[in-house]
Amino acid sequence: MAINQSTAPAVTGVRGPEREPVTLDVNGSTFPIELEPRVSLLDALREHLDLTGTKKGCDQGTCGACTVWVDGRRVLSCLTLAMSCEGHQVSTIEGIAQDGELHPMQQAFVDHDAFQCGYCTPGQIMSAIALLREGNATTDADIAEHMSGNICRCQAYPNIHAAIREVRDADDGG
Amino acid sequence: MSPVLGKPVNRVDGPDKVTGTGRYCGEIVLPGLAYGLIVGADVAKGRVVSIDESAARAAGGVYGILTHRNTPKVANAPHLIPSLAGQPAPGESFFPMQDDVVHYWGQPVALVVADSLESAAHAAALLDITYEESPAVATIEDGRKSAYEAETLFGGLMPARDERGDVTAALAAAEVTVDASYRYAANHHNPLETSVTTAQWDGDRLTLWDSTMGVRASQLTVASLLGIPLSDVRVITHFVGGGFGSKAMVWPHVTLAAMAARHVGRPVRLTLTRPQSFTSNGHREEQEQRITLGAGRDGRLTAIRHQKLSITSSFDDWAEPATGVSTQIYGCDNYLGSHSLIKGNTMTPTFTRAPGESLGSFSLETAMDRLAYELGMDPVELRIMNHPPVDNHGNPWSSDGMADCLRRGAELIGWADRDPTPGVRQEGDNLIGTGVAGAGYPVAFMMPVQHARARIFNDGSVVIQTSAQEFGIGVTTSMSQVGADGLGVDMDVLRFEAGDTDLPNTTSAVGSMGATMQSSAVHNAARTLRNELIAHAVADDKSPLHGLSPSSVRVADGRMTSTLDPSISESYADMLQRNRLLDLEALGSWTPPPFTTPHGLLTFGAQFAEVAVDKDLGLVRVRRMAGVFAPGRVLNPKLARSQLLGGMLWGLGQALLEGNQIDRQSGRWALNNLGEYLVPVHADIPDIQVEFVEVEDDVVGPLGVKGVGEVGQVGAAAAIANAVFHATGRRMSELPMTAEVVMNGGGAG
Repeated sequence: MAINQSTAPAVTGVRGPEREPVTLDVNGSTFPIELEPRVSLLDALREHLDLTGTKKGCDQGTCGACTVWVDGRRVLSCLTLAMSCEGHQVSTIEGIAQDGELHPMQQAFVDHDAFQCGYCTPGQIMSAIALLREGNATTDADIAEHMSGNICRCQAYPNIHAAIREVRDADDGG
Repeated sequence: MSPVLGKPVNRVDGPDKVTGTGRYCGEIVLPGLAYGLIVGADVAKGRVVSIDESAARAAGGVYGILTHRNTPKVANAPHLIPSLAGQPAPGESFFPMQDDVVHYWGQPVALVVADSLESAAHAAALLDITYEESPAVATIEDGRKSAYEAETLFGGLMPARDERGDVTAALAAAEVTVDASYRYAANHHNPLETSVTTAQWDGDRLTLWDSTMGVRASQLTVASLLGIPLSDVRVITHFVGGGFGSKAMVWPHVTLAAMAARHVGRPVRLTLTRPQSFTSNGHREEQEQRITLGAGRDGRLTAIRHQKLSITSSFDDWAEPATGVSTQIYGCDNYLGSHSLIKGNTMTPTFTRAPGESLGSFSLETAMDRLAYELGMDPVELRIMNHPPVDNHGNPWSSDGMADCLRRGAELIGWADRDPTPGVRQEGDNLIGTGVAGAGYPVAFMMPVQHARARIFNDGSVVIQTSAQEFGIGVTTSMSQVGADGLGVDMDVLRFEAGDTDLPNTTSAVGSMGATMQSSAVHNAARTLRNELIAHAVADDKSPLHGLSPSSVRVADGRMTSTLDPSISESYADMLQRNRLLDLEALGSWTPPPFTTPHGLLTFGAQFAEVAVDKDLGLVRVRRMAGVFAPGRVLNPKLARSQLLGGMLWGLGQALLEGNQIDRQSGRWALNNLGEYLVPVHADIPDIQVEFVEVEDDVVGPLGVKGVGEVGQVGAAAAIANAVFHATGRRMSELPMTAEVVMNGGGAG
């Protein structure tokens, strides 16, 4: 999942391998930090910004637990270098609830018991909300196909499907 | 019983999970935290000849490197005992990095501790380790000649052989026999959170944030291996990202994290990488099974012989016990169950969801299906007819429900309209079939006395505590319900606290025993506190309840009320405040029935599946599943349904997707990631129904709760295989049933 570089400001020069100043824009806040170029977006979020809601399940791009949005698009943060996100808007699970109110997808996950251990849940929710935005939740088969990058080992899948359908159907034809 | 018990309330920890605010054990922020990374052996058998650390140390950021040359010796040799027993529970009778010998591929040979994840990974890659390699035996095929029949399993806790009657004579005399052999690939748990331990020393005292299914087991094991007092080890775990058995035992990395933290003088977080999780916390072993049934023409079973062969480590006689259900779910006077082992170069296998019985039931339930076809009997009726009212010792079931589960499941799947003829229903390129299997999972009273504490403050708010762990089982929610019910308060004034060895002890939540033992202890604590509160009130001459018999006081909504006159009433809070009591607390305990209690102890269920099999490609799609279960009292049907549904879909994965093999050349697992070790994903999920059959059980605890963690998986793969037979006419004798297996006529048997 590449980041759309066309909207990014040009980054010039060679940086690293030592720590370099980096500015990350996460959930509407700006974080000036220092990172080595080898740090993934996932590790930058978890280890440097203490935003641990984004989970590390495999660190190999196979499980989806680390799903975040970069400029609104679903991205596997374990396969994304943090430095490449400068100038882009990163959104994580911590930014989804507004003013203490759960997002309808979060509430639907709670109501439908769409998780057990909860470790894949932030990634599932980031994918599920994006799914509706992408227009990929029209049919049950669509939902199943386009959510398949997010593994739930507890197998809450039927309940996740129910949660997504509920939010989709409540969205005034949205 | 108050309305809160049995109510489908949402998870109380749901908001923490959907907002990402719940802290898992690898997310604890500590000043000066260092990052540990294990380096595993690159040979399956041999010796470490040399370790050159110079490049790794020069790479920068390295605080320390542990190898067999400088790792402290363990104070007590680890001895494998299941964590349910409440003793030190190392996953294998072995601790690595004590000498230079390599017993299995991936065995820890070094541990790098550095200032960041990246520095640790880089330094670990620069460690130059050379080995002297010896020929390894890591598969059944390579070790078959050295197989022996095990006497006991589980560190001597369980006999490996179970025999009654004369099975040889009964098979010879049987009017009908079925003989089937099976080959099962190894399975890996793969919880989404790999195991992680964060260790911090404060002088002689150690705190571990450990992703475990049993904080007490971690405490006991680490204290034993380090040789320090239990009182100096505190284990905390508030959220665990799944376990499925991989976190039921205490593996070497937990103690290594503590050793590393002491070595570098900093807190250390040690996380297993996904590939390491295939070689560091056990697995469901590669195995072969053979089952032989004898029956009369009337369908009555007269003989069952059930044999298992599997490979274990060089240090432990471990086999997941495959015959606990086949020896008792169907009545049969002549029975032999046995386990044979090969010692090889693997780590000790371990509990994996529905340990033993998921594959044991695959053998039994597909053989029962063969028998039904051999006899021309309906597979559902054959099972109901052979299900006895007593267990294999003649003891009545503590509660049953199996026949009702089978009948209800048959309704859900539309069994009445089923034409039993195999291979005759076609839709497009697909052959369609339906199948059934019975399910049972043992209730094992291995654990010691369980404790919980209930405390009420004088504003009426309540805290209930036990050391239980929340790894997705819903214990935080269901125990809040049990506490509210026992004390007679609303759930919203009550908080359930768990996941800390400083809290009253309960044993590891394993073997489907968590709900039974925790609910029993919590119930007894809440009831004890309630009785104390009532005793205070009726003895208090300022209370409107003064002088009443305690038995004529009922409690609800935080109020004590006379059963004779509802106008005589006062709240807990008023009573406490008037008596200048800031709070009142009670410890509750529950002593499990003896292991030899004179009752049959199984949780029963029934599984049904409908499949579509591509006749040209052999691809199996499960279209529908229906499971009906009788787990005694259901504390929260919403959560119990989720757990059973999860078990059924684990069965789907076991049936069609999940399998690993050790490469015979290198002794290494062929697959070590979630891209190749396939687990079910969204697109694999069928239409699925879960229902309960209500049964009362006054043996298994004060609330009559039996577990739901494993029974959902038992029989699920067998129902799918029986459906594949119904669709194609081919008997499946190998798992997973990949397209090749289906096209090759079913596999081994």
